[in-house]
Amino acid sequence: MSGRTPNQKAWWLVLPVVVLVAFNAVIPLMTVVNYSVQETFGDNQFFFEGVTWFEQILHSTRFHEALQRQLLFTAIILAIEIPLGVAIALAMPRKGAWASVCLVLMAMPLLIPWNVVGAMWNIFALPDIGLLGHSLNALGFDYNFTRQPLSAWATLIAMDVWHWTSLVILLAYAGLSAIPDAFYEAAKIDGASPWAVFRYIQLPKMKRVLMIAVLLRFMDSFMIYTEAIVLTGGGPGNSTSLLSIDLVKIALGQFDLGPAAAMSLIYFLIILLLSWVFYAVMTRDEAQ
Amino acid sequence: MKRIRWLLPALYILFVLLPIYWLLNMSFKTTNEILGSFTLWPDQFTLENYRTILTDPTWYTGYLNTLAYVLMNTLISVTLALPAAYAFSRYRFMGDKHLFFWLLSNRMAPPAVFALPFFQLYSAIGLFDTHVAVALAHCLFNIPLAVWILEGFMSGVPKELDETAFVDGYPFWRFFIRIFIPTIAAGIGVAAFFCFMFSWVELLLAKTLTAVVAKPIAAVMTRTASTSGYELGLLAAAGALTIVPGAFVIYFVRNYIAKGFALGRV
Repeated sequence: MSGRTPNQKAWWLVLPVVVLVAFNAVIPLMTVVNYSVQETFGDNQFFFEGVTWFEQILHSTRFHEALQRQLLFTAIILAIEIPLGVAIALAMPRKGAWASVCLVLMAMPLLIPWNVVGAMWNIFALPDIGLLGHSLNALGFDYNFTRQPLSAWATLIAMDVWHWTSLVILLAYAGLSAIPDAFYEAAKIDGASPWAVFRYIQLPKMKRVLMIAVLLRFMDSFMIYTEAIVLTGGGPGNSTSLLSIDLVKIALGQFDLGPAAAMSLIYFLIILLLSWVFYAVMTRDEAQ
Repeated sequence: MKRIRWLLPALYILFVLLPIYWLLNMSFKTTNEILGSFTLWPDQFTLENYRTILTDPTWYTGYLNTLAYVLMNTLISVTLALPAAYAFSRYRFMGDKHLFFWLLSNRMAPPAVFALPFFQLYSAIGLFDTHVAVALAHCLFNIPLAVWILEGFMSGVPKELDETAFVDGYPFWRFFIRIFIPTIAAGIGVAAFFCFMFSWVELLLAKTLTAVVAKPIAAVMTRTASTSGYELGLLAAAGALTIVPGAFVIYFVRNYIAKGFALGRV
């Protein structure tokens, strides 16, 4: 964003976007804020409660457990998808028909509606009629994701890796395609090892797209709802009740609007804060 | 080392295709066969599931509804994002950086948080259960994304292009539509692809904002799953059909997908 001319009239160009996004973002957000400080017993009667709900949520073990599950899930997802995506992008053909074939096939999971992803993995992993579940049990593993928390977690993670690693691959591949051939030729002349090429040429060039990949994967894995609710429904028990699943249970299942709204705000703030931390850490080197 | 390089992508593609194969396999089976036996290939190959979906209005209108709001959303998002992205890439104005981050922060808002207020808001303005409602609601996350991608593409175009055109006496909008938009056509394609993708796959808001008239296919599927028992074959076929539009779109933009985010910036 350098070399831009100062021009206050540019506001007119961004105005439509600001109006529409503000309409969608600010009004609902204020509604949530409104609920979060009130108590209702129905009949549209509301009583001011102050920060009661916030205190209640922040001290509830249920929220702590959901948050821990969420953090664990996101950490595992990032630890698997980012290195795997980079490795696959590095091993992919750089150009030609095969590169197109790879990209088209890999992008498929990204364009499947999220409930279909959940349903698909459900019938894929069912122990009696699913290919995965049936095969695992035939091989002697005791696997049943509707009964065992560990199997449920493994299935959920496998599904997310299946669903989203492609995004990391696409981004990393895009970063790699932007490296001019001259860089590789120079490395060859210098007799650089493949590791040195990766460490000093490919990795620095991929830095920006990897930052986008980490941010997107962080935000989206933190917000995961539809796929998980269709696959496991938060079960067995509460073992896979991630934050958004728990939130919807409180808001629509029990219709506790106040606590649900307070939890929504805390949830949103956690995502904003962590995204900002990721962003700040990853852009720190550029600023120096 | 060089020779086994293809192994990793090949294995990954196999992993990607396995659940899709299983879905297709089930969609050509009768529900009895699915529940009764475990077969890697349909014993009694049937197209009955697909015939039901393509002839029964409750099913196929679901696809049409989804396509309608997805296309509307893509059009709105890209059209509005174009001038905004231009402003961010070319001009400095009061609060521009904050505004950019605020826009992006909406991409971080969990739909689960907004579901209920969205329902109330769109009911209040009388748009509940219309295609427009879903199209507008999806702008929440698609406009920031489109601005982000387009801004990256536009910043890759040298400023001299604009300056020359203005020196030649082009009015702003004529320059923008006649010269600038064709220059970043690839970027528009990529932005449209991502808008299409995120609107097509989103379900929570789409389901919350619709009841009968604009019901998306995903909602038809979940309702069928709960009402008419466990018609697995039918559900598998419906799921398989939701992959088709996406596959078409990918095929058309295959040469541009990779570029999309490479030029985008944070």
